[in-house]
Amino acid sequence: MSQSLNASTLLAIPLSPLVGSLLAGIFGTKFGGNWIGRRLAHSLTILGVLLAFILSALTLKQVAMDGATFNATIYQWMVVGGLKMEIGFLVDGLTAMMMCVVTFVSLMVHLYTIGYMEEDDGYNRFFAYISLFTFAMLMLVMSNNLLQLFFGWEAVGLVSYLLIGFWFNKPSAIFANLKAFLVNRVGDFGFILGIGLIAAYCGSLDYNEVFAKGGELAKITLPGTDWMLITVICICLFIGAMGKSAQFPLHVWLPDSMEGPTPISALIHAATMVTAGIFMVARMSPLFELSDTALNLILVVGAITALFMGLLGIIQNDIKRVVAYSTLSQLGYMTVALGASAYSVAVFHLMTHAFFKALLFLGAGSVIMGMHHNQDIRWMGGVRKYMPITWVTSLLGTLALTGTPFFAGFYSKDSIIEVAHFSTLPAAGFAYFAVLAGVFVTAFYSFRMYFLVFHGQERYEQNPDAHAGEHDHHDEHHQPHESPWVVTVPLVLLAIPSVLIGYLTVQPLLFGDFFKGAIVVDTAAHPAMAMLDEIFHGPLAMALHAFTTLPFALALAGALAAYYMYMVNPALPAAIQARVQPLYRLLENKYYMDWINEHLLARGARALGRGLWKKGDEVLIDGALVNGSWKLIGRVAALARRLQSGYLYHYALAMIVGVLVLMTWFVTRPALLDWLNR
Amino acid sequence: MTLTLGHYLTLGAMLFAIAVVGIFLNRKNLIVLLMAIELMLLAVNMNFVAFSHFLGDMHGQVFVFFILTVAAAESAIGLAILVILFRNRSNINVDELDSLQG
Amino acid sequence: MRRRLRQPRRLTPLTAEAWSKNPMDTKTAFFLLFSLVLLYAALRVVTARNPVHAVLHLMLAFSQAAAIWLLLKAEFLAITLVLVYLGAVMVLFLFVVMMLDIKIDQLRHGFWRHFPVAAMLGVVVVLEMAAVLLSGFRLSEAPVPALPIGVEVEVSNTKELGKLLYTQYVYPIQVAASILLVAMIAAIALTLRQRKDSKAIDPGLQVRVRAADRLRVVQVEPVTPSPPAQPQEGKP
Repeated sequence: MSQSLNASTLLAIPLSPLVGSLLAGIFGTKFGGNWIGRRLAHSLTILGVLLAFILSALTLKQVAMDGATFNATIYQWMVVGGLKMEIGFLVDGLTAMMMCVVTFVSLMVHLYTIGYMEEDDGYNRFFAYISLFTFAMLMLVMSNNLLQLFFGWEAVGLVSYLLIGFWFNKPSAIFANLKAFLVNRVGDFGFILGIGLIAAYCGSLDYNEVFAKGGELAKITLPGTDWMLITVICICLFIGAMGKSAQFPLHVWLPDSMEGPTPISALIHAATMVTAGIFMVARMSPLFELSDTALNLILVVGAITALFMGLLGIIQNDIKRVVAYSTLSQLGYMTVALGASAYSVAVFHLMTHAFFKALLFLGAGSVIMGMHHNQDIRWMGGVRKYMPITWVTSLLGTLALTGTPFFAGFYSKDSIIEVAHFSTLPAAGFAYFAVLAGVFVTAFYSFRMYFLVFHGQERYEQNPDAHAGEHDHHDEHHQPHESPWVVTVPLVLLAIPSVLIGYLTVQPLLFGDFFKGAIVVDTAAHPAMAMLDEIFHGPLAMALHAFTTLPFALALAGALAAYYMYMVNPALPAAIQARVQPLYRLLENKYYMDWINEHLLARGARALGRGLWKKGDEVLIDGALVNGSWKLIGRVAALARRLQSGYLYHYALAMIVGVLVLMTWFVTRPALLDWLNR
Repeated sequence: MTLTLGHYLTLGAMLFAIAVVGIFLNRKNLIVLLMAIELMLLAVNMNFVAFSHFLGDMHGQVFVFFILTVAAAESAIGLAILVILFRNRSNINVDELDSLQG
Repeated sequence: MRRRLRQPRRLTPLTAEAWSKNPMDTKTAFFLLFSLVLLYAALRVVTARNPVHAVLHLMLAFSQAAAIWLLLKAEFLAITLVLVYLGAVMVLFLFVVMMLDIKIDQLRHGFWRHFPVAAMLGVVVVLEMAAVLLSGFRLSEAPVPALPIGVEVEVSNTKELGKLLYTQYVYPIQVAASILLVAMIAAIALTLRQRKDSKAIDPGLQVRVRAADRLRVVQVEPVTPSPPAQPQEGKP
């Protein structure tokens, strides 16, 4: 029997991180007088997020076990022309799952930050920001209308901006955060258009009301064109998802976002913010099911991202960049699943990916801390001896990422590959090829990073960029050491779900009733999910069967290739690079996407702006209209001034001349009129 | 030849023209300006009287009477202004009176 | 200094036949004489170098005008012209001209520069006025007598003027009188200078005086006289 959840509990979930954030942010910084110290600041924020997590877990239990849901408006804050703007919550299976993921990962990151940001001056500010982010993301996932979704959308974008540029004295950080914000803006432009179309044609932004009208929308075209309206709406919404979830070509901001501290790379750019786009498409599944064109587009974009971003991960030398491109590739996988109408699979992969990607990022952060802030994997190696916990957890994360059977990532990734295979859309063939090739690439770069960092010869003494004399050090300066417990405990806590959660939840999530009502699939038109259901015989069977399938073979091949190239024959990569120089340069320049953006688009926009400013504004408007008008008046007045000479006899003369003219007129008028009328 | 109205009117016209020319020519002498105004008034009076005579109407002469009155008043005030002007500027140069220049 | 004489306009050609057919009578001759002198005087007014000469020529012009008016049987006005204008206004002009210390050499500067334009202007004025007058009026007729022909009545011009003024134009006379009064007051108000040693006070200022301008009350602490020294008892 489905019952309703408690509104106060639900309200407390986003508000408790907000309160923690405000207290730490206002009173913990110079803005509010520095009243709160570090301990109090992190305690308050962690308390807030902990409370949110406990309540989210409670909610999940109620949703999963008791079938409770909640869909109501909490507060209506404005009505404009019949359009209601409300704060409301919609809590069903999808929302409850997202809430738990977000709060759990956020809690882990909060704990981790105590150790990671220990030496930083902006400690309190950081905690305030990540709690604020948690609030914004929760508002996004719990929303029951598009406007609140958009509020959360923009808010997470804003906090992402603040956090990427956290070290705001670094020029590269400022460049990166502006890039992230602007590229997101491009996506948001499409998103707003989609929301606007929905508001215009449905008269409401509430999910249920919009979904109810979906059928009608599918029958009409956009006025003035012959495109189906629902297709335009879905494509516009997806453009927003492309920006937020970093799909090709709006992916360019994610690698640069690694300028921010590692905890936020884990929280925002792996687990939560970038998944907002995926979540939004899944939430809008009733609309997307009505448009095959949009689904095809989603498939193509996702496939391109999945494959080509993975290729870029192969040549990266910064440990965080490898994981960043891995994130991009996995987001592409999720998008492919969305395109194949397997929304539950996409969301499932979102969940598992959140855990093991956050784990990998935090592990990378731990390694960076241990290597005294060196991030280049060429100068690491053999770290497993010094950082055992980090090593084991990173290994578990890597295995999950590459899709090793029984680990979490396997269930979600293989499901994606299967649905890409089963989908009947035209673009599915390309998508299937891309995700399959992506398995090899993923395994390759993951194990490349793993071997270069944790195994092999210790190379940190050879680092030419090692900071000398920054801290006065003894001989152990270059030797890595394990991180404190505040860093390793989150790693362990994240490793547990990375291993287990796939096995435990694949059946109820994908093939059970968990997402009933939240996700709508038109099984007649898009049978991929139904076909997957037929071949599924339980998690154990799926894992055992996997050893005989192509993806496993590809993953194994990738791992072995990495082992060979980086452990057995370390000179081979350089030799290959010398052979395929053009290809290498293409990868190194990230397919010249950044070059296009900076030199063509950005420079073009700046030139346009400058042209409009100099010619349009200064010459035309200022010069001709504004200045020109008074100058014209001045000139006319100067001419007229000559009549006012101040001399009496000039005035007398003027009067006489006037009289003469009048007299002439009156004297010659009859004659003139006769002549004119002749 | 008999004198007709035309003769007198012509005389009046020429007198008026001389006075106008006088205003225009005299840039250095304010007094001559005032005198030229008197001449203009005289020309007009001449016209009025001539018309009054030739049309047999006394009203013309009544008008001349009033013109004389006003002309006297105006020349008195005009000369008073001239005197003050001279007090301030020590000359009566019309050319220099251009404070009203726009 | 060049003199330019204007030729008077004649309506009849100056040939001997015309002269014999239509001899000039005395009145016409006098008119011609007076008008010629009048025009000459007017010209000299505007072209004189010395302002005193100009005033004197103006007086001459007015006297000739008075004479012409006598010819036109407007005696009262002629005498008024002599009395009022020549006797008062021109004398006033003369007083002012002589009182002011004018530099004579500066007066004609720029005269010949503006002369062509001025002359053209004058000619235009004359032609225009002639065109208007000639086209609009019955100019060739003899004067219309005030009374029907055959009735010879001795009527003095003054009496006729008086009859009209004091009946129909009584109000305008009062207005004219007030105009003259205003002119007088204005002239005095403009030019009167106060004597430096005059003790006259502006009543307006007197009325506006406030007590605070004349009187200031100051609080002064009372000084108590110290008590006279008492004989001290019990003190050595």
